[in-house]
Amino acid sequence: MSATVTALLVLAAGTYAFRLTGPLLHGRVEISERVRQLLAAGAVVLLVALLATGALTEAGGFAGWARPAGVAVAGALAWRRAPFVVVVLGAAVTTALLRAAGLP
Amino acid sequence: MRDVSLVCLAGGVVGVSFGAIAVAGGLPVWVPVVMSLVVYAGSAQFSAVGILLAGGGPFAAAATGLLLNTRTAAFSLAVADVLGKGRLTRLLGAHLVTDETVAFALAQQDPVRRRVAFWVSGIALFTVWNVCVLIGALAGEALGDTATYGLDAAFPAVLVALVLPTLREQPPVRRAALLGGAVALAASPVTPTGVPVLLALAGLALWRRS
Repeated sequence: MSATVTALLVLAAGTYAFRLTGPLLHGRVEISERVRQLLAAGAVVLLVALLATGALTEAGGFAGWARPAGVAVAGALAWRRAPFVVVVLGAAVTTALLRAAGLP
Repeated sequence: MRDVSLVCLAGGVVGVSFGAIAVAGGLPVWVPVVMSLVVYAGSAQFSAVGILLAGGGPFAAAATGLLLNTRTAAFSLAVADVLGKGRLTRLLGAHLVTDETVAFALAQQDPVRRRVAFWVSGIALFTVWNVCVLIGALAGEALGDTATYGLDAAFPAVLVALVLPTLREQPPVRRAALLGGAVALAASPVTPTGVPVLLALAGLALWRRS
């Protein structure tokens, strides 16, 4: 269990260091409007990659149809500007119902 | 403000599922609870716990979580001016930098509204996330297989709801994100967890200033 504790602390310290990057560099390095826009675009690119891999893959393989179907329902609901919680619960309920129907 | 409470609700659902998945998988209750307090990053926590439960070892778990969290460095730069000037507010605010709080802050055009959006969503999400992870961890043993409830679809769905407005309104970002997503999907069978998402940054080749 001490190895788990070490891993947890390393992850926590490293994550906090990443989070401090912005506040520490801010004011010392001049960030142009172009770089700021690039960082914002980069963040969206990372989030989309995270959602694509999170929706479709599981440990490097295909996650099965139920999860991506649920996320697709979330996409449709979000596109129609449904409230946030409806989007998230729509995904979970769809996935749960498909699994109950026997889809992996 | 309504959006923040809805994201909190959704985050709560994801938090309960995180705690439940971790404990149902065999970890002691304190692992997801302490991890949520000190790491406080949903996707990294899910990956780290997933690897621990799959027997990948503590080193792989920490490395994957860190790789996923490199994006918070980019996020914290994007919201650096929002955190304020004081040493304490910057040290505390840094811990609240997440996908969701950055999205809320950047959705506001006015600097004052940005700051309010960041701090309100940050404090609310931190509280809700940790309370719900605790609830989920305590309920975990009773819940059984969380996949039955479709909880694994909740996290990607949260991200869909967060990025869709930007994707709808900004075609250059949309192009970059689509290419990045395709790169990440193509890379996921052949690279370790966490790497595909970083490779997605190649999608920025299609981005140009709007």
